[in-house]
Amino acid sequence: MMVVQALLAGVFQVVQMALLLLLAPGLTGLVRVIKARLLGRRGPPLVQPYLDLLRLLKKEVVLAENASWLFRTTPYLVFTAIWLAAALVPTFSTALALTATADLIALVALLASARFFLALAGMDVGTSFGGLGSSREMMIATLAEPAMLMVIFSVAILVRTTSLSLIVDFMLSGGVGLRVSLALALISLLMVAIAENGRVPIDNPATHLELTMVHEAMVLEYSGRHLALIEAAGMMKLVLYMALIACIFLPWGIAAPNDGPVELLIGLVTFVLKLVAGAVLLAMFETGIAKMRVFRYGEFLGGALLLSLLGAIFLYVSTGL
Amino acid sequence: MPSIHYDIAHLLGALVLLLSFALLYQRRLFALIKMFAIQSAALGAAAAWQGYIQDAPHLYVTAVLALGMKAVVIPVALHRIIVKLNIARTIDTALGVGPTMIAGVSLVTLSILLVLPVTSDVTALTREDLALALSVVLLGLLTMITRRNAIGQVVGFMSLENGLILAAVGVQGMPLIVEMLVAFAVMVAFIIFGIFFFHIRERFDTLDLHDLDSFRGESR
Repeated sequence: MMVVQALLAGVFQVVQMALLLLLAPGLTGLVRVIKARLLGRRGPPLVQPYLDLLRLLKKEVVLAENASWLFRTTPYLVFTAIWLAAALVPTFSTALALTATADLIALVALLASARFFLALAGMDVGTSFGGLGSSREMMIATLAEPAMLMVIFSVAILVRTTSLSLIVDFMLSGGVGLRVSLALALISLLMVAIAENGRVPIDNPATHLELTMVHEAMVLEYSGRHLALIEAAGMMKLVLYMALIACIFLPWGIAAPNDGPVELLIGLVTFVLKLVAGAVLLAMFETGIAKMRVFRYGEFLGGALLLSLLGAIFLYVSTGL
Repeated sequence: MPSIHYDIAHLLGALVLLLSFALLYQRRLFALIKMFAIQSAALGAAAAWQGYIQDAPHLYVTAVLALGMKAVVIPVALHRIIVKLNIARTIDTALGVGPTMIAGVSLVTLSILLVLPVTSDVTALTREDLALALSVVLLGLLTMITRRNAIGQVVGFMSLENGLILAAVGVQGMPLIVEMLVAFAVMVAFIIFGIFFFHIRERFDTLDLHDLDSFRGESR
C-alpha cells in the first residue's frame, strides 16, 4: 500500500510538472488575447507563445565576446529553479512526491535565487541597459520579498505551518472562516505577484526597447535557446503565482491523498478554470490601469508591505483574544 | 451562526480602515473625494450589518444617513466647490507618502495596544471594532496633518468622523439621538468649512494653508 502511494505520488508529480510546462505559454497567450480583445484588436493567436518559443529554440545563440560562464549557465539555472518552485505548489492534488519539501520559505528562496542569477547575468556583459535592468529588478525585489514573507508569516500564524499541502488541508477543512488578515494578505500577495511578474503598473510586458522597462532590459543580451529558456521561465512564474494564490486562498477542488480518479479529474478541471479566471482578471486589471513611474514603485510595494504587516498585526491581536 | 456575523462585521470594519489608508495614499483631490465616498459607503454597510446582528432598527437610520449624506451629498458638494473655485487638482503633502504610511501603521498598532487592555471585560467583537474605529479616527487626524490643502483637511476631518460613527455603531445601546447629533454637528462644520473656503480663496487667492502663515507674521 505504501509503495503504491509513493508510486502514485511520483506519477502525480511528473504529471504536474509536465502540465505546468504545457500550460505556461498558453496562459500567457490567453492573457495577451484577452487584452487585445478588450482593446478592440484581434491580437495574436492563442498558440503564438508556443510558436515563439519553438522559433527561439531553433535559432543559434549569439554571445557577446566578454560573456563569462555565468552568462551561459544562468538561463538553465533560472529555468530549473522556477520549474522546481512551480512543482512544489499543489495544483490538482496534494499527494505529490515533493510534498515533504513543499515549504513556502523554500519556494521564496528558489524564486530569490533565480532572480539573483538573472540580475548577475544582466550585469555580466557590461552593457548599460543590462545594469539598469538589474538594479531596478533588485530594487523591486528588496520591497516585494519582505511583503511576501510577511504574507507567509500571517498564513503561518493562522495555520501553524508553512507546508503548502498542510495549508490546503487546513483551508479545505473550513476551520478558518472569513478573516481580515487573510483578506489583507490576499491583496498584498496580489500586489507582490503583479510586481514579480512585471505586469502593468510596475513593468509593461508588451514593451521592447523602452527606457522604463525592467525585465526586458535585463535579458536584452540573450538570444536563441537561452532567451527561450528565460521567456519560458517568466511564463512559468506567472502560472506559479496564480497556482500559489489559488492554492492558499481558493483551494476548493484540489484532491486530497487517497482520492479516486473522479476527484483528480475535478482537481484538474478546477485548476484550469482557476487559471482562466486569473487570466481574465489580470487582463482586465492591466487594461484598466496605466504604468507607474519608476520612482513610485516604492510606494506601490511599500503599500503591499504595509498591508501584509497590518494583516499580521490583526492576526496577532485576534489570536491573543 | 454567530461566527460568520462576527467575521463580516470585522471585515467591513477593516474595509473602512483600509480605505483610510487609501485616503492617506491619494495625491489628487478628485481621487481623494472618491475614496472618501467609498469609505462612507463601507461605513453605511457596516452600520446596516451591525443593525442586523444587534437587531437594532435605529442603526439602519445611521446607515442611510452615512450613505446619503457622506457618500453622496458631501462628495458632490466638494466636487462642485473644487470645480467652482478652479483650484489646483494635486495635493501638496507636508510629508512623503512612505513616512506617512509608516506613521499610519504605527498609529494602528498604538490604538490596538491602547484599546485592548482597557476593554478587557466586553465581547471580542466590540473590542476589535473599537480598535478599528480608534485607528480610523487617528488616521483621519494624520490625513489632516499631512495635507496642506484646505479641501484635503476637510476630507481628513470627515473621515475622522467616520471613525467616530464606526465606534458608535459597534457599541450596543448607543441611542440614536447621540448619533444624529454627531451627524448634524459634522454637517454644520461642513457648511462652515464651505464658507471658509470661499473667504480664504477671496482673500488669499489659494486654498493652500501654507500660504497663510506669512499673513500671521510667521516667517517661512
